[in-house]
Amino acid sequence: MLKEALEKIGAEAAEELKNISDSKQLEDLRVRLLGKKGELTAILKQMGGLSAEERPVIGQLANKVRADIEEQIEARKTALKDELTAKKLKSEVIDVTLPGKSQKVGKLHPLTIVLNEVKDIFTGMGFDIVDGPEVETDHYCFEALNMPKSHPARDTQDTFYINENVVLRTQTSSVQIRTMENRKPPIRIISPGRVYRCDTVDATHSPLFHQIEGLVIDKGVTMADLCGTLELLMKRLYGDDCKIRLRPHHFPYTEPSAEVDVMCYNCNGAGCPLCKNEGYIELLGAGMVHPKVLEGCGIDPEVYSGFAFGVGLERIVMRRFGITDMRLLYENDLRFLEQF
Amino acid sequence: MDLSMKWLSDYVKVDEPIKKFCYDMTMSGSKVERFDTEGEEISNVVVGKVLSVVPHEDSDHLVVCQVDVGKGEPIQIVTGAQNIHGGEVVPVALDGSTLPKGIKIKKGKLRGVESNGMLCSLGELGLTVHDFPYAIEDGIFVLQDEEGCEPIKIGEDIRDAIGLNDTCVEFEITSNRPDCMSVIGLAREAGATFDVPVELKKPEYKGVGGDIDADLSVEVKNTELCTRYAAALVKNVKIGPSPRWMRERLRGCGVRPINNLVDITNYVMLEYGHPMHAFDLRYVSGNKIVVRNADKGEKITTLDGIERELSEEMLVIADAEKPVAVAGVMGGEYSGIMDDTTTVVFEAACFNGASVRTTAKKLGMRTDASSRFEKGLDAENCYDALMRACQLVEMLGAGEVLTKIIDKDYSDKTPKCVDFDSKWINNFLGTDIPESDMIKYLDKLGFEVKDGKAYAPKWRIDIEVKADIAEEVARIYGYNNIPLTIIRGVAQAKLTPEQKYTRKLERTMLSIGCNEISTYSFVSPKNFDKIRIPADSPLRKTVVITNPLGEDTSVMRTTIIPSMCEVLARNYNYRNAVARLYEIGNEYIPVSGKELPDEPARLAIGMYGNNVDFYDIKGAVDEIMEEMGIMDYDVTACAEGCPIEEYVAFHPGRSAIVTKGDTVLAIMGELHPETLENYEIGVKAYVAKLLIPEMMSVSVTEKTYKPLPKFPATTRDLSVVCDDSITVASLEKAIKNAVGKILEKVTLFDVYKGSQIAEGKKSVSFSISMRSMESTLTDEQADAAMKRVLKAMTEFGAELRA
Repeated sequence: MLKEALEKIGAEAAEELKNISDSKQLEDLRVRLLGKKGELTAILKQMGGLSAEERPVIGQLANKVRADIEEQIEARKTALKDELTAKKLKSEVIDVTLPGKSQKVGKLHPLTIVLNEVKDIFTGMGFDIVDGPEVETDHYCFEALNMPKSHPARDTQDTFYINENVVLRTQTSSVQIRTMENRKPPIRIISPGRVYRCDTVDATHSPLFHQIEGLVIDKGVTMADLCGTLELLMKRLYGDDCKIRLRPHHFPYTEPSAEVDVMCYNCNGAGCPLCKNEGYIELLGAGMVHPKVLEGCGIDPEVYSGFAFGVGLERIVMRRFGITDMRLLYENDLRFLEQF
Repeated sequence: MDLSMKWLSDYVKVDEPIKKFCYDMTMSGSKVERFDTEGEEISNVVVGKVLSVVPHEDSDHLVVCQVDVGKGEPIQIVTGAQNIHGGEVVPVALDGSTLPKGIKIKKGKLRGVESNGMLCSLGELGLTVHDFPYAIEDGIFVLQDEEGCEPIKIGEDIRDAIGLNDTCVEFEITSNRPDCMSVIGLAREAGATFDVPVELKKPEYKGVGGDIDADLSVEVKNTELCTRYAAALVKNVKIGPSPRWMRERLRGCGVRPINNLVDITNYVMLEYGHPMHAFDLRYVSGNKIVVRNADKGEKITTLDGIERELSEEMLVIADAEKPVAVAGVMGGEYSGIMDDTTTVVFEAACFNGASVRTTAKKLGMRTDASSRFEKGLDAENCYDALMRACQLVEMLGAGEVLTKIIDKDYSDKTPKCVDFDSKWINNFLGTDIPESDMIKYLDKLGFEVKDGKAYAPKWRIDIEVKADIAEEVARIYGYNNIPLTIIRGVAQAKLTPEQKYTRKLERTMLSIGCNEISTYSFVSPKNFDKIRIPADSPLRKTVVITNPLGEDTSVMRTTIIPSMCEVLARNYNYRNAVARLYEIGNEYIPVSGKELPDEPARLAIGMYGNNVDFYDIKGAVDEIMEEMGIMDYDVTACAEGCPIEEYVAFHPGRSAIVTKGDTVLAIMGELHPETLENYEIGVKAYVAKLLIPEMMSVSVTEKTYKPLPKFPATTRDLSVVCDDSITVASLEKAIKNAVGKILEKVTLFDVYKGSQIAEGKKSVSFSISMRSMESTLTDEQADAAMKRVLKAMTEFGAELRA
């Protein structure tokens, strides 16, 4: 008789479980059937009246029924949870195409982007970066660079004067002189910074612009080293197939002097309107440091030699980003700044 | 320097296409800017002969011409010109021809009569009467055969017939090579570049005898500034047009022909690179020329009709009474050649370059002559130039040259020489050029190499050191044939602490969402008014530019704030809704007793839009300070006497300075309504200025790990009510002091003013976190600490909120 009762509980449980739709009902069912005061327990309490032979048989059956029910409840529980999760997820669908919330990172000015790049290239080549004053004495800006007061080359650099002896530096070569006076060779530096010339503002001129000048002084530095260094710089800046071309020129502070053209990035040297059909674009000035300049800084030109070069940062930046009007760089319109 | 290729070919034959010529010249050091081919725009224009002229039946001003253009049958052309009567030889633009300024000629009908082209005037061919003095401006250009030129042939291309077939090459000559500002100089360069011979002849003249000394005496009083003065006298001058070959060459070099004598001086200047001066003997008072310094206050009216006051350091050419020319710069009024001039003095002199330059600059008149003299000219060349002028006078039949000339020569005749050492040159250049090649290059350039020395030709005023010789060798060898090598040796490069600090600041600014700007370092002094700086503020003591481009860029900024305001204003004006900007730049502060100003680095921050308020800019500053390793700084409201002068630019109740100890680090705040108005910014804007060197001086850059806490923290909340005027910072500081060592953090979580709080009071709530590194805090310890806090609060009159 107990056997029938147990089997009945098992069968009823299976039937009821089918209709259960939430976790509370499920828990209620579990307590009703398997709890301390539950139906199964009630039946087991009657086992005392059984014979010694029947007892283990019924006991075994009771355990099996219990295990079955527990298993079924557990399975139902998992199914209910899955249903619930699926429902919740469905209710939480959003439009992922709505715009994201702004977490803006600022942008560097295009001049700084390229300047930092150039600085990194040079520090990688063992050049120190040296800064110096922008308001500079005539001595450091001109005299020490082999340009005495009556020198005609001064006319090519229209200078802003503060007084007879103080100017806004027209080049960062002044920093090179200061460095040569203070350091002993070997010297390997670049001096980037703001320079000033009386040029009226237009698309390609600004009274204030940036120059990066380099200086290397050591025993046995050659013009071939200058050519090699410049080519390396241009390859790093413009890619490995970039070529340079040197033309003789004149600067009072270098001898020999050269103007350096870089292959037009637009036409790769074939000639196009951008390079005025030249295939090359003028980019920098360079040369071997004039012995008079070395001497003036207390460096013996019989022992040491060196080279120097200078390049306008704006020109590189404009080429890099295809900017056609220099004024944009100093206007600081956010619609411009945010493009880089 | 514009060069006529026709003229060049008088001296050197370069058999290369023009493009190749230009490229190779550029690569050997004479940079070609551009070249123009004369008559390039003219096509299908030929020489024609007008056979007959009949009036047009339907017009009273047109005529119908039959013109022989060398093609058998004459062609019919209708013209309105008044100077065509039959028999003239004229330029004929045929059907389908082109003329300068993009004009195209096609056949058509004029009042019903067929016209198969056009007879051209000078202007239509792009010429003037200066080019062809025998022609008229207003009418058809009637051609004439000229002496020394091929006779004009019917049917010939007009460009060949009138010599309008030159190529003009524009060179950019560097200031160290005044010798290349001449046809002969460029001929020498071309000879060396293309390895072809240069044919130069010493100019000679016959002379008509006579004694110049009877008519003219020359005295050079300052032989430092005038190293040579040579003069020739030409009598019975016949002023007239120059021959065509001379006009062509002048035109090819961009100089307008005037008359034979003026043209000769210009011709010689272009050919030899030495300015000449020709003046009328009638106006040389006392028939005496004195080269001397000007007297103080002496005046001269120059050729351009302007009276100029001279000073003592200026060199003048004077006669017995007065200056007649400013030496090497410009002649005086009346000194030039007139139509009735009969006796001319030709002067070729050598003046000190620096002196000419200073004089020209001081008088504000840089002339073609002065720009040549100031670079330094060769004294020997000056004599050749005079010889050439005399030769030309005779060739042109422009007058009679007296055989004897005056030549006062004080120039240094020692040849310039520097060491020549091929091994040194190769070591210096990093090349392997054979010595024999070097000598060949130098020889081509006029140098003489012997006994280990290179002797520079007299015209090479720029040769001073052996590096100059290396350059000569390198440029003819070809700069681009120099190998590319990498510098040897090891160098250690590192950023300076300042450079590292700036890079870190840069990164910080980007990560807090600010865009970098770059502004001019020179500004308008009006900016001080715009940011409300008082008249007596030290900020107004600026580094002033004496020759600025304009008032708005006339002083170096002593404060970076207006630059930021301007950019905020511009972006506001461009309707950019939100701005968060920063700039790292210098200020330029004059220091009394020092020649140069200080140039301290500053960080400026500016923001508007997106409902930003004071606490946004403060938050930015806090973040920067933390990132840059600045701890325990104080923020105090700006007040009168604020150590940062620009505080007046800010809202007095919404601005603060940041200090650590005695070091002022920054100012920040909302811009004063007047500042906003002055910059026409229509929204609230916030600006900060951070003092970078000062920040660096208090930054702790080295970081050390602190062990993470092992014991739990105890947190107590505290709400007090106090007077509104008491700052949160002062309460916070008091709490910190009261809690002492076990304090971990005080966090403000609420400030409340309103209905439940009495007027003039506020409620401030903090969360106080306490922790010991040694053990778990007991309740008793925490309670004791809170008791101390409450006691501290009562000192502010703050009471625990009920």
